Amino acid sequence: MGEVQGQGYIGQALGVADVLAASFFHALDYRADDPEWEGRDRFLLSIGHYAIALYAALMEAGILPEDELVTYGMDDSRLPMSGMASYTPGMEITGGSLGHGLGIAVGMALGLKRKKNPAFVYNLMSDGELGEGSTWEAVMSGVQHGLDNLICLVDFNNQQADGPTRDALATGKEEAKWAAFGWHAERVDGNDMAAVVEALDAARGTDHPGPRVVIFDTRMCKGVDFLETREITHFVRVEPDEWSKALAVLDAGMPQ
Amino acid sequence: MTLASMKRKYEPRKVQLGPDGERIATSAMIASLAAEGYDTIAAPFGEALVEVARTDERIVGLTADLAKYTDLHVFAKAMPERFYQMGMAEALLMSAAAGLAREGFNPFATTYAVFASRRAYDFIAMAVAEENLPVKIVCALPGLTTGYGPSHQATEDLAIFRGLPNMTIVDPCDADDIAGMVPQIAAHDGPVYSRLLRGKVPKVLTRHKPDYRFELGKAQMIREGRDVLVISTGFMTMRALDAAQKLKADNVDVAVLHAPTLKPLDTETVLAEARNGGRLVVTAENHTAVGGLGEAVAATLLTRGVTPQFRMICLPDEFLEAGALPTLHEMYGLSVDKVAERIKGWL
Repeated sequence: MGEVQGQGYIGQALGVADVLAASFFHALDYRADDPEWEGRDRFLLSIGHYAIALYAALMEAGILPEDELVTYGMDDSRLPMSGMASYTPGMEITGGSLGHGLGIAVGMALGLKRKKNPAFVYNLMSDGELGEGSTWEAVMSGVQHGLDNLICLVDFNNQQADGPTRDALATGKEEAKWAAFGWHAERVDGNDMAAVVEALDAARGTDHPGPRVVIFDTRMCKGVDFLETREITHFVRVEPDEWSKALAVLDAGMPQ
Repeated sequence: MTLASMKRKYEPRKVQLGPDGERIATSAMIASLAAEGYDTIAAPFGEALVEVARTDERIVGLTADLAKYTDLHVFAKAMPERFYQMGMAEALLMSAAAGLAREGFNPFATTYAVFASRRAYDFIAMAVAEENLPVKIVCALPGLTTGYGPSHQATEDLAIFRGLPNMTIVDPCDADDIAGMVPQIAAHDGPVYSRLLRGKVPKVLTRHKPDYRFELGKAQMIREGRDVLVISTGFMTMRALDAAQKLKADNVDVAVLHAPTLKPLDTETVLAEARNGGRLVVTAENHTAVGGLGEAVAATLLTRGVTPQFRMICLPDEFLEAGALPTLHEMYGLSVDKVAERIKGWL
């Protein structure tokens, strides 16, 4: 997809790929042939520009046809660069205006409880969104309403548009902050599959009477060594001849 | 800060007394809008919402710490299990309402008009309007209905929301309008922004036109007249009707076309009435000159080649003063006397 446009948010996508893989092929309950199935777990992508990663997961899950991959970001594509609910099957909300996902997730979790629907709401957000005040309104609300059907996933890649998140508005100890607000909070290496799976299981399985968060420390461009070591930027540029090299590296790294 | 405002800031004042020596104090926010000589109905929004929620199971109510001040407390008391107190968090209020709508509910979210239009705009735009979700945003203190000053005076809310695609916008005039509007916006499958008068709300329209019934999307003639056509919205229709009665004594015959739905504007009725009889056309709204009813009507008329004499009664493009509401309505031209005086001056 990135190759189609010659660029894209592939750094974030590669970083969060393990979290998405564990979500879609371990944690979430859904029906590939019926993306609107009422019993599905809702997966909200608050970070619209991560759409490229979610499209890959939706294709792998059989919700999106793989041959549409080449339409990414093109006119009339169902795969716009920033994820939108009205474009793409399996896309629950329109993200992109950051700091929106968790508040919508609170409303959906309240709605599921009203309907006595046992499904969970997962909201995937970025570390940069921890700077948005609206995120913390929703953090308090999840506890206030005892939303034990709400799971927030935070991709902490320490990278936002202007540079490292740590240099902007992230003062550290994020997991302790969420826990202090009353959330079941865990922080794991988001590129360690065993740890990711375990944390997702714990978040869903805990008897904590409120909402749950897992903060995943991830590495931008994970899996493509020559991109990992490149100066990390919000919007990674890849030269035309590098796409095939990157794919080869990723394929070589796949478990047999 | 300008030099003039600095000078004003540091100039000591004496107590200003009314004509009978009374103290004129800022009206409390919870106070109701006064309209002389009309009966009032208590909390028409809350009562109407309870009524429609009895048959529409999908309705839920949410507020950001302003249930009592938006009459949603009536609903909260009658149906506590369907009421959500979201706390003083307007971004969350709108996002959560969007989430509930996504799950099939019909949420009514209330706050003050300033907070919805200014603080929560991005959340309304992206979580609600872009998704065309049926969230009903009902807001007290529209325009100049409090003396608290600009922090609570939503003088540009209609302009802000008119710019938002998918949004239906209503500015009801009185208790009749509010009672009639609630079931209709509940049935509307899309986002709605409605202004709200709360507390004891005057009952005006059926006094002037006994068979009047609110119709979403429709402007209706409340009173016929040969000389002037006032096209008004919100409580300015009350003012226009009272001004029309006053002007009758001066042999000025004023028609009043009430347009409670700002968007989509009933352009068909507006055009038909503006074409009819060569009358001076005056718009009247409780809103700044920028982006409200006046500009909407002007654009409607001009783009159709209809060019009557045209004037606007509205608030100035300024941050308004604090003070007692009747004083402010007089100062900014929203009182019955001022409306009558200006119309007469334009003839």
